[in-house]
Amino acid sequence: MKLFLAFITKEFKHILRDTRTLIILFGMPIVQIILFGFALTNEVKDSRIGILDYSKDEASQHIIHELDASRYFDIEANFSNPQQIDQAFKEGKIRLAVVFPANFRHSLFQQNTASIQLIADASDPNTATTVVNYASSILKSYQDEVLGEQTLPYTIQPEIRMLYNPQLKGAYNFVPGVMAMILLLISAMMTSIAIVREKELGTMEVLLVSPVPPILVIVTKAIPYVLLSFINVSTILILSVNLLDVPIQGSLLLLLGESMLFIFAALALGLFISTITNSQQVAMLASLMVLLLPTLIFSGFMFPIENMPKPMQFISNLIPSKWYFFIVRDVMIKGLGFKCVLKESLILVAMTIGFVLIALKNYKTRLE
Amino acid sequence: MNAIIANHLFKSFEKGKIKALEDISFEVKQAELFGLIGPDGAGKTTLFRILATLLLAESGDSSVDGLDVKKDYKAIRKRVGYMPGKFSLYQDLSVEENLNFFAHVFGTTIEQNYHLIKDIYQQLEPFKTRKAGKLSGGMKQKLALCCALIHEPSVLFLDEPTTGVDPVSRKEFWEMLKYLKSEGITILVSTPYMDEASLCDRVALMQKGKILDIDTPVGIIEKYPKKIWSIHASNMYALLQVARAFPNTHTCFGFGESHHLTLNHDAEDYDAFCQYVQEHYKEPFQIQEITATIEDCFMALS
Repeated sequence: MKLFLAFITKEFKHILRDTRTLIILFGMPIVQIILFGFALTNEVKDSRIGILDYSKDEASQHIIHELDASRYFDIEANFSNPQQIDQAFKEGKIRLAVVFPANFRHSLFQQNTASIQLIADASDPNTATTVVNYASSILKSYQDEVLGEQTLPYTIQPEIRMLYNPQLKGAYNFVPGVMAMILLLISAMMTSIAIVREKELGTMEVLLVSPVPPILVIVTKAIPYVLLSFINVSTILILSVNLLDVPIQGSLLLLLGESMLFIFAALALGLFISTITNSQQVAMLASLMVLLLPTLIFSGFMFPIENMPKPMQFISNLIPSKWYFFIVRDVMIKGLGFKCVLKESLILVAMTIGFVLIALKNYKTRLE
Repeated sequence: MNAIIANHLFKSFEKGKIKALEDISFEVKQAELFGLIGPDGAGKTTLFRILATLLLAESGDSSVDGLDVKKDYKAIRKRVGYMPGKFSLYQDLSVEENLNFFAHVFGTTIEQNYHLIKDIYQQLEPFKTRKAGKLSGGMKQKLALCCALIHEPSVLFLDEPTTGVDPVSRKEFWEMLKYLKSEGITILVSTPYMDEASLCDRVALMQKGKILDIDTPVGIIEKYPKKIWSIHASNMYALLQVARAFPNTHTCFGFGESHHLTLNHDAEDYDAFCQYVQEHYKEPFQIQEITATIEDCFMALS
């Protein structure tokens, strides 16, 4: 027990005396949450648009006012001829141009039909579609207003409800993703680097020629990172609830418990990496290649897995962070209980046991 | 019983391409200070790692304290002290923290075996809060020795402990080894410095994975078959050229401040040699007969 404590104290000293490690440990979660929360978002807000109004009547002014009032658009320019629109798109000043033909109001109320041209910059297709949709819905609401109480003989009125995330906030999707990414990086990468550092500096050699069971060296390496990862989970949760307004719908206890499970899985993975690498650089590269990229690509938090070809979907099953991402989304966002994430949890348990077994099998009591 | 026995050890790396050890056999008696002398790449570190249970030999067997290095490696690890060639303590921990940690590793305390490390530790004490990475080379090695001694090992493996250490610290280090020997600890030490060989009880001269000779330092020097002279002049390089050009020169090597010379027929060629150098070197030079050093013996054997 004294020995155990001596190892743990030593490990904490290593971490606390290394500013680089500390910055990664505590800076990364905060930076990532803020980055994803405010900078890297795929929501469309305050898109710059331009108006070319040939009609300048009451109806067109009303619509322009509505567009300007919406939080999706900012009116950047008012044009007087089509060449200016062209120029503005070329310079990248606007994402969307709205063109009202002459006599807009007249044709709308006298001929019961009027057209408006929407020109979007489709060099980014997703944004273009989104912007056009927002604009269309504003036009539609104006149309409804004009129709007033009149009812058309046949109408289908879709009643749309966005479940779990009514405001369609990007944060609901990336908070689980960031949690998966950070826990994996800290638990797996930092642990594997810490173990490999002992090999690289030769201290492992001295510890091997001692009565200390090698497993103790490894386990005590991992324990401080369990604690630090747990602090990180808490930081991310506090930040996302208070800063990003992402509520925790399900049980906090379950969420923390599942996070611990994932931390163990990631640690096991880190141990495995440390048994097959001999230098800190290789361990770091291996962690980044094996952990970070697949987490970004295959966990489904950036690209929907359903859209991937079958072989890629199959690969995604092997990525532990995918399962954790699902669990966090289900528990935190959808508010589901343990029963619903049982399958995912069992898969993580199995992966953890698997990695530990392989790591133990690979672990050397000698130098080669 | 011999403290260390190595029996026909073979070891190669990279699928046999590099032969690190070829048929290494030797025995070290209890409380003996045994030196492995040889240049870099002689296989000293590999031999240490095999005896310290870190590597397995391809063939041959060896034992430490009567325990087989392969079967009883766990028991051996409890009773040996090992100091690798590279500084292998925690650079970000202080002197005291390192020592305390290794005391814990071996299930002991600094106080329990303080008598063994007292002399060295007193030198380290003024720096005990300093990080190990910030110590001088000599201090680092003293600390490493302390850490290797903390559990009162019966056998001590020291792989090049004085490499990169200043002469004063080297001297202190060897005095420490003598003291430990007097306490009954068997010490196997390697060094590339030939002058340190004379401080051992017995030495094994190693090169390219083979042992060239094993004897006491005096014994090795006495075996030296030829007369040996030291020559000196103002232009050492020209002197070396001339000395080597003499037809009956056996060997002539630069040895720091002078050249060491052996002649094919020893004393018979002496006059002819002096005459030859006078004719060709043209400037004054000194020559005097000396007793061979371990390094001369090493050169003669290899």
